[in-house]
Amino acid sequence: MLYSEKVMDHFLHPRNVGTIEDADAVGEVGNAKCGDIMKMYLKIKEGTIEDVKFETFGCGSAIASSSMATEMIKGKPLTEALGLTNKAVTEALDGLPAHKLHCSVLAEQAIKAAVKDYYEKKGITVDPAVFAMLNEDAEEAHAHDHTADDK
Amino acid sequence: MQIYADNAATTRPSRAALAAMLPLLEEGYGNPSSLYTIGQKAKEALEDARAQVAAAIGAQPGEITFTSGGSEADTQALFTGAALGARKGKKHIISTKFEHHAVLHALEALEKQGYAVTLLDVPENGVVPVEAVAAALRPDTALVSVMYANNEIGTIQPIAAIGALCREKGVLFHTDAVQAVGHLPIDVKAQNIDMLSMSGHKFHGPKGVGALYCRRGILPQNVFYGGAQERGRRPGTENVPAIAGMAAALTEAVATMPETSPRIAALRDRLIRGILAIPHSVLNGDARQRLPGNANFCFEGIEGESLLLLLDQKGISASSGSACTSGSLDPSHVLLAIGRPHEVAHGSLRLTIGEDIGEKEIETIIESVTEVVAYLRGMSPVWRDLQEGKRSYVIQ
Repeated sequence: MLYSEKVMDHFLHPRNVGTIEDADAVGEVGNAKCGDIMKMYLKIKEGTIEDVKFETFGCGSAIASSSMATEMIKGKPLTEALGLTNKAVTEALDGLPAHKLHCSVLAEQAIKAAVKDYYEKKGITVDPAVFAMLNEDAEEAHAHDHTADDK
Repeated sequence: MQIYADNAATTRPSRAALAAMLPLLEEGYGNPSSLYTIGQKAKEALEDARAQVAAAIGAQPGEITFTSGGSEADTQALFTGAALGARKGKKHIISTKFEHHAVLHALEALEKQGYAVTLLDVPENGVVPVEAVAAALRPDTALVSVMYANNEIGTIQPIAAIGALCREKGVLFHTDAVQAVGHLPIDVKAQNIDMLSMSGHKFHGPKGVGALYCRRGILPQNVFYGGAQERGRRPGTENVPAIAGMAAALTEAVATMPETSPRIAALRDRLIRGILAIPHSVLNGDARQRLPGNANFCFEGIEGESLLLLLDQKGISASSGSACTSGSLDPSHVLLAIGRPHEVAHGSLRLTIGEDIGEKEIETIIESVTEVVAYLRGMSPVWRDLQEGKRSYVIQ
């Protein structure tokens, strides 16, 4: 099978889908042209992520990565959420196919983008290096191999 | 309920195919090149299959070369046309932007060998007009290769008109008919087709077998080298069971076509009407000039792979042109060729129905697709932006 049981579980039963009306922070990454967009909504209380919701336009692994990432940061301090790596998301999903790794990168970026939005709104300054990976192109993680088609 | 709606990818081998194959696997396993009885029996089966395949497209048995499938037949046809052209100092080839990769990648290889290739644009309806081919002809044009019907959007090309044009201008004409053979009536003589590729598993034959038709007088250029099988044009011990299975499947497909084709086309039209009731959806390719079983759509605001996975959960096998299903960065080159923007091409769905589908299955497909599209739109930030007017619809 293409995906692990964990990926299929999070794809078929995504956790924390939706929006937060009075979100304290919102982060959106990816673009429709490449076929993936992730949007994260955070509710933050005293430096802790009290609630998180996501919306995703993308493939099965993009939806599963979003779902898993939200579970991993819910109830956690912002500093801890900032430390979440795409590798940790991938491992928690029991792996992703090589050409789907960019989905986990997008999940990490979406969280960082949301936290960045929060810090900016609150006027909190942090080391810009923390958000450096937001400038990386997640799509570069795409595989460029063409698979066989219909013949 | 399991519904197989991906017949353009492959088909279930027919009873007729299996009945032709099994005795050749169990008892008639002789090598057709051998002189003893079981070898000669296999040779008879091989030549019987050749006659059947030839008859199905209006060709002579001597004009049929068996191959490993459509990709090999396409490659051999293009290299044959190119080599024959080069002998006369003609090194220009015309094809289209929405050919199968078996054709496009073979053309890339020929370009590296010094051939000039013109790939024609494809209009939004997915039908390349004969006038476009005529306008691209040059004095040094050796070969025109236009697919009979597109494998993704199912649109049928004006093959007879292109054939007549090429014959008049003295240019060789090849058609990749992998999606058409066994589904549309074909007469290579009446349609002035010089070379034609087919693949057994697209019309209920087995996989790993196909055929190349080359009009008498056109000697196929070897793609690889070995013994004298297929008159030395295609060396290697013939896959007799698969060849016999393909021939049996094709003979049956052609015989039943007058009954099955209109029935499947009517179901396809019902499917198209039902799916297009989904807001902001569009049919890809001309509604009339298309294969009886092919329906292909784009849906705004969703991505195709997640659509396929959810349909699979409901027992429906389908296909998509999204990048995520191709393993590449870009969505389907066919959808891009007919002018669909990237973001919409990612949200495509191909349903290709076969003989085993009835009205009940069509209603189930319509219901399931409608439900899954609505579900995915419900979690799509793109769909939200469209609904809130922050982004404009591509599909009205």
